[in-house]
Amino acid sequence: MKPAPFAYERPRDLTAALSLLGETAASAKVIAGGQSLGPMLNLRLAAPELIVDISALAELKQAEHHGDELVLGACVTHADIEDGRVSDLTRGAMQGIAANIAYRAVRNRGTIGGSLSHADPAADWVSGLAAMGARLTLRSRGGTRIVNVEDFIVGALESVLRLGEIVETIHIPARSPSAHWGYVKSCRRTGEFAHAIGAVLIDPNAGKARVVIGAIEAAPIVLKDPLELFGGHIASDYKDRFDARVADAILVKAGVSNAAQRHIHVSVLRRAIREAAA
Amino acid sequence: MRNERDFPHQDGPGAGQGVGARLPRKEDDRLMRGRGQFVADIRLAGLQDVAFVRSPLAHALIRGIQVPERYRANVFTAADLIGVNPIRAVSGLPGFKISEQPVLAVGKVRQVGELIAMCVARTRAEAEDIAAAVTLELEELPAVYDMLKAREVGSALVHEHWGDNIFLETNFEVDISSALDAPIKVTREISTARQCMSPLEGRGVVATFDHRLDQLTLYSAAQMPHVTRSGLAECLGMEQGRIRIISPDVGGGFGHKGILLPEEVCLSWLTMRCGHPVRWTEDRREHLTASANCREHHYKITVYADRDGRLRGIDCEATVDSGAYSSYPFSACLEAAQVASILPGPYLMPAYRCRTFSVATNKCPILPYRGVARTGVCFALELMLDLVAAEAGLEPGEVRLRNLIRPEQMPFDNITNKHFDSGDYPEAMRRALAAIDLEAVRARQHRGEPDGRRIGIGLSIYCEQAAHGTSVYSGWGIPMVPGHEQATARLTPDGGLELRVGVHSHGQSMETTLAQVAHEILGINVAQVHVIHGDTAMTPYSTGTWGSRSMVMAGGAVGTACRELAERAKRIGAKLLQHDLASVVLQNGEVRGVNGSVGLKEIAHTWYRRPQDLPSDVDPHGLEVTAGYKPQRDSGTFSYAAHAAVVAVDPELGEVEILDYVFVEDGGVLVNPMVVDGQIYGGLAQGIGTALYEEMPFDTAGQPLATTLADYLLPGPTEVPAARLDHMETPSPYTQFGVKGIGEGGAIAPPAAIANAVNDALRPLGVELLQSPITPHRIVEAILARREMQRGAA
Repeated sequence: MKPAPFAYERPRDLTAALSLLGETAASAKVIAGGQSLGPMLNLRLAAPELIVDISALAELKQAEHHGDELVLGACVTHADIEDGRVSDLTRGAMQGIAANIAYRAVRNRGTIGGSLSHADPAADWVSGLAAMGARLTLRSRGGTRIVNVEDFIVGALESVLRLGEIVETIHIPARSPSAHWGYVKSCRRTGEFAHAIGAVLIDPNAGKARVVIGAIEAAPIVLKDPLELFGGHIASDYKDRFDARVADAILVKAGVSNAAQRHIHVSVLRRAIREAAA
Repeated sequence: MRNERDFPHQDGPGAGQGVGARLPRKEDDRLMRGRGQFVADIRLAGLQDVAFVRSPLAHALIRGIQVPERYRANVFTAADLIGVNPIRAVSGLPGFKISEQPVLAVGKVRQVGELIAMCVARTRAEAEDIAAAVTLELEELPAVYDMLKAREVGSALVHEHWGDNIFLETNFEVDISSALDAPIKVTREISTARQCMSPLEGRGVVATFDHRLDQLTLYSAAQMPHVTRSGLAECLGMEQGRIRIISPDVGGGFGHKGILLPEEVCLSWLTMRCGHPVRWTEDRREHLTASANCREHHYKITVYADRDGRLRGIDCEATVDSGAYSSYPFSACLEAAQVASILPGPYLMPAYRCRTFSVATNKCPILPYRGVARTGVCFALELMLDLVAAEAGLEPGEVRLRNLIRPEQMPFDNITNKHFDSGDYPEAMRRALAAIDLEAVRARQHRGEPDGRRIGIGLSIYCEQAAHGTSVYSGWGIPMVPGHEQATARLTPDGGLELRVGVHSHGQSMETTLAQVAHEILGINVAQVHVIHGDTAMTPYSTGTWGSRSMVMAGGAVGTACRELAERAKRIGAKLLQHDLASVVLQNGEVRGVNGSVGLKEIAHTWYRRPQDLPSDVDPHGLEVTAGYKPQRDSGTFSYAAHAAVVAVDPELGEVEILDYVFVEDGGVLVNPMVVDGQIYGGLAQGIGTALYEEMPFDTAGQPLATTLADYLLPGPTEVPAARLDHMETPSPYTQFGVKGIGEGGAIAPPAAIANAVNDALRPLGVELLQSPITPHRIVEAILARREMQRGAA
């Protein structure tokens, strides 16, 4: 379990990093915390010719408020969020997710941008940030573009990142005072990847919600206007109006053919909704 | 509730160090400081690393192996290994079919991970680069991936010339017809998943050749170095005297490190061919996909009982997935043969029939894992006992109490002629029920949980035959039959003691416990007792450490050697004191007579350094003794334990939480109760793995699917509860000090206790789980299936 030979660069600024990624004709991989790529290299599931280590880029470790939005650099670690070293506009939602990612050792090194870029459907951020309505700035030598998190991941380990492009920042909207948050996952054991995730942001005053069913072995199901889950409208009694049959039908439509898996997903979602209402 | 026993001790500097003392482990000073020496820590000048090209397919013909020209000198295949014999582990049981396991594949591969080529380079990474550059032309054959389908006529064949896939079929029957009219008859199919043993340290080999000694030296993470030497010599066609096996610190074995590896043979050949030391260290993927498998059993079982829960008989057909090859030395049939002989468990059983099949499949060989077949047997039998209890309308504990062998029947020969040496099984069960507080759990169950979970209580009880000797193993006729165990005890010139034993520690703490045995007899401070093991050149022959035998056998041999050494010291001491031999005693490290005493230190000094002070008629045999030992009966010691678990099951998510866990263990006289506790807690962790987490699934092409620890789940600190442990102590009548082997028991009973607890929790829903591991998915699937059935019925 040793990686195949590769060239390694550790640029000092983002421009240099993007140049390296843009110039090379060789297959290149970006490494930040290395918590996913490291094992894949050792297993030779990934065998890039060049590895660009972005962990020295101070530009990607920022955490700033831009109006009603928290902007995190891609190299902010899960532990930075867990420990409150970066500020928060989600009233603890971000911290709650971060604190339960894998194990502390992984959280110390693993980064939010790296986790998103890896696009593992069972990882926490792809579901959690989608429920929050977060957006990503993707940057390459040619410029930047902004995508919604739910449009970023397109399948298991598949994202819309183009060659030479990296996740630069994550834009997390502030949680409004009336919005409820629920996040529940089911794991076989402590620290393992989830086999079911339910993430909900519900604003009963506004009659709006975002609901995510994650860890389904494909891109998470993101419901941006999930009135049907609540019998047609969202109000303060949303917890009691949750319709498990509708959730089950959504999973069937998404191709989750195993009834036991669907049952677990629906149960986890119900708990996330209860947690939001609590 | 821990039972801290106070063994009677002499006064003096070494007091409190003998049999029964909770002595801190001597090993821990180096191990806790990271100063242990494992195979991968060994650095020899000129050492090169080996990586293997392994089969990516489960079953295929080898049509070609292409080695790039630039790597020709680095790569070796079967064609190079002229004169190297395949590994053969033959059982003497009638009808056993022989498999030959080539050390590098010849003609065809029979499992994923089978060795095809050996690549050597300066570093492991470079060796892996070379391995990746070797291309294989394989013609895939249909894989034999399911042991039950493998038994069917028309199945693909692992070994074509056999005509079927059955290593061995056995049948054992006593009076089964007498049970058939029983009013309770419960039939089920029960199965346990295929597992990987997963010691912290994997296998590892460093091979080098010593020209001065004309000797091959193999450092190997091995439990049974002497047996490894015999097997290696047979494969290489070498004299055993030209081979030395050194097992340094070993980080867990559990059976995995008992077998002769093709890698050991390959590297031995390679160092002699290349002239420099070579090393291979098993990585975790190799361990999971290519090496040790265990536990995969299937039972089709019927239990007969009377209305009062009394057992009338068992009728069983058991199948074991033995994998592609018969492993050396345990063979492909040890597991199934053991199933047939131990399935009646610790119960009175008037009638019994068991047919077994050891089936060849395109998987790694099956190896005896901690508890060997007992974990599967206990799972099958104890789940059935709960079903009998449900049929009879009785508490599961009550059904067990009505059927367990009673203390007044000891020693007891059961229906398969197992000789139970001693014990009070019902008392262990009663204590477990009291400790877990059955009534309180039932009351809580009745009240229900505010969070919607369901509470269940589960019991299991087993017996662990340990240190079984010649009479047991000769019947199986496998390459390794244990005889007398030997130990050498040598008083050093400064009055210290060296003990040399052929067993080896892979975590058993024998540097401490064997020193305690010696202390008990000679009174020498354990700090001055040095245990030398893990080296064929320095220790007497032994079959090694397996079957929970080392404390009984090597402990017995150490005791025997020390007693003889005591006699010799007394003879010298008596001379020095000018006493009759009959009038002196050895006490507290001194030979004492009416007129005075002389210490072992002075006796040793005189013998070695000042022989001029000895009279001319002194006993010339000196202060070094090699002695052999066997218990009065070698049919094995029987330790046992009752386990009780309380779980909470979440019927929506299928999650299981262990709320409470109790074991009441009787391992005879405990040499070091703290070490025993450690063994039991460690076993519990592995048992929880079997119960809830560990599974190596295969697809229909024979591909192992859990190839990393992200998929092969092992229990961690948060999955293992703070269990409560109580000891009983019924000495074995046959062994020195009354000790019994206890190394495996912790891993035997937890899967059954936990499964019974889950089933108890879910019984009101009409759900039962009969397959390990009990995963969330399986629980939810079973609940949904039951609902579907009820809907269909309504």
